[in-house]
Amino acid sequence: MKLNCDIDIKHLTRVEGHGNIRIRIENGKVAEAQWEVVETPRFFEAMLVGKHYENAPYICGRICGICSIGHTLASIRAVENGFAITPSEQTAKLRLLLKHMETLQSHILHIYFLAAPDFLGVGSVLPLTESHPEVVQQALRLKLLANDMCDEVGGRRLHPTRTVVGGFTMLPDRYRLNQFRQRLRASLADLLASAKLFSTFDLPSFSRETEFVSLKGEGEGIYPFIGGDLVSSDGVVKAEYDYLAMTNEYMAEYSTSKLSKLSRKSMAVGALARLNNNFNELHPQAKEISEDLGLLAVNHNPYMNNVAQLVECVHVVLDSIVLIDELLSSDWQEERQPVIPQAGKGIAAVEVPRGILYHCLEFDDEGSIQRADCVIPTSQNHANIMYDIEDLARWCVAQGKNDRETELLAQMLVRAYDPCISCSVH
Amino acid sequence: MSIQGSLGTFLGVEMAKPKVGFFELSSCEGCQLQLLNNEATLLEFLSLLEVVYFREGMTEKSNDYDIAFVEGSITRDDEIERLKEIRHNAKIVVALGSCACFGGVNQLKNRFHDLEWVKKEVYGDYPISTRKAAPIADFIDIDLEIYGCPVKKEEVERIVSRLVLGKAVTHPQYPVCMECKANENICLFELGEPCLGPVTRAGCDSWCPSNRLGCWGCRGPAPAANFKQLKEIVKRYNIPVERLLDRLECFGGFQNIVTDMRGSGGKGENET
Ligand code: SF4
Ligand code: SF4
Ligand code: SF4
Repeated sequence: MKLNCDIDIKHLTRVEGHGNIRIRIENGKVAEAQWEVVETPRFFEAMLVGKHYENAPYICGRICGICSIGHTLASIRAVENGFAITPSEQTAKLRLLLKHMETLQSHILHIYFLAAPDFLGVGSVLPLTESHPEVVQQALRLKLLANDMCDEVGGRRLHPTRTVVGGFTMLPDRYRLNQFRQRLRASLADLLASAKLFSTFDLPSFSRETEFVSLKGEGEGIYPFIGGDLVSSDGVVKAEYDYLAMTNEYMAEYSTSKLSKLSRKSMAVGALARLNNNFNELHPQAKEISEDLGLLAVNHNPYMNNVAQLVECVHVVLDSIVLIDELLSSDWQEERQPVIPQAGKGIAAVEVPRGILYHCLEFDDEGSIQRADCVIPTSQNHANIMYDIEDLARWCVAQGKNDRETELLAQMLVRAYDPCISCSVH
Repeated sequence: MSIQGSLGTFLGVEMAKPKVGFFELSSCEGCQLQLLNNEATLLEFLSLLEVVYFREGMTEKSNDYDIAFVEGSITRDDEIERLKEIRHNAKIVVALGSCACFGGVNQLKNRFHDLEWVKKEVYGDYPISTRKAAPIADFIDIDLEIYGCPVKKEEVERIVSRLVLGKAVTHPQYPVCMECKANENICLFELGEPCLGPVTRAGCDSWCPSNRLGCWGCRGPAPAANFKQLKEIVKRYNIPVERLLDRLECFGGFQNIVTDMRGSGGKGENET
């Protein structure tokens, strides 16, 4: 058995933002196991103070380049909830479609560009262009489809332009939507090929029991993405406006990001949490693929988040086809409804690729923002990552892993969460 | 600016294949992501370069690079050292995106002159370090700026190809309105929305107005900008000055004009 080990990774690569991993094993005992967040804070919550409500989605989108659509939609929902505006059915569908394509884009980016190189034994996606050209082509095709659709519905693939409080500035072209429907159908072949590739990956068998937090699905086939009740796998259920009861933020010296907990010392959010809490709400075909890949609810292996993301890709593609059919079955309605500000507080919970995201905005009667609060998925995951690393270090000792293996497993563990660190600090 | 590297060919022309690194300071990393958002031409684009540092995308790291693309602004002391090191290592430093060029959205916190208040608003009494957000040119010499929040991938490709081929890189001097007119859009002012198209540097192909959103000025001022005329238009269409100021101060490129307008009649939002 390996008794000593010293791992010190500064600025872990192939993750979004800046974090460090430190593991020290002495005489077979874990002396130190740390996940450190060193990202610089940007103070978005302060930036918004004094700003007119229409700035919120525009500025908050800039919290994160990868999930800018999710942030934009969360801010819009917070404003609309604050002003008691209910989006039209058409707007709701278009937003969900846009959200789905962000999920697809982000998950594919993570699965192929950030996670897969570890499983295929290379340092980045670049060598894969030589060794596995078909895999890279699949990934690029899927990402291109998702991004093209974000352009069509949201106006731009990142930092969208058409999404505003009250609806959209402009509607997508119906002819092109129909073309996208064909491309979505065709993309299923690429996703099935991805599932096949995944089934050859050797996922570490490590697991640690934790509490999963997500939005709650609303019946069969309605996997949750935008708004609704909040739920945990330990049985906590809260209304959307009661988000603070789910987040319980605190600070710790090893992190410039805030941390969260609920019923236990840590909790997890993200694709695995959503899937664990809403397995029956998945599209049947997505559920089948999940079962084939050995992912059944409730699964406590953090590396399974990679698989959960792939399963969600299948779900969002299938659901997008349904959404497009519904949208095309009726004529376009008015794209934007009038907005009348009112004083009060607006709260939104939205599932973004990395987990549940909350935006809370307080307004005066002219719609000027008095206070803002954003709770980011990755910050809710930080404590869980940290305890996972501690347990993983012990597991590696027990399994007799060498330094190099332990180091790689720790990196893969953090990457599996697909952390968005600059987002978590914001 | 001359770049030495392993030689390759591009469209049959022999050329240097420069080593490049991508770096980020305080940012949303969206500008880097835009480079990966190039699925159709990504592999071709990458074949022009030898990427030796790209923390977000690869494990291998090297400090031997010709061109450094730096995204993000300076908002903490330790970033200054990192930036200087990048300058030291690189032959050419490119400021990538509005955060690097003007401070970007990060500089919105600067409008509260009291940074202690800013810290307290977000972290309470927990000690946290920060400084006024600033563009990278405040600390090092830069060779080139690529504007935008986010940058436009087509523009980055064009600029990088010219760099690699050793050709001069120029930016449009005219404002977004010119592109918007060429795209035959309905003017946003006609729809009652403010737009900074008349004063913002073109090059994005009127990205926002073409999607029926007024320009927020992410690319900074056009050299030929006529602010007097903009103020007149805003007055004519009865648009509150604050809505105009929201846009002008969003990305940091119009700092001077904001100070000027706040001083002369614009209602101050910056008292805390
Ligand atoms: S300029 Fe905009 S897109 Fe680029 S890093 Fe800054 S906030 Fe992100
Ligand atoms: S919409 Fe904006 S960019 Fe276009 S013409 Fe009008 S002012 Fe100029
Ligand atoms: S239209 Fe204005 S805000 Fe939009 S991308 Fe161009 S310069 Fe930036």
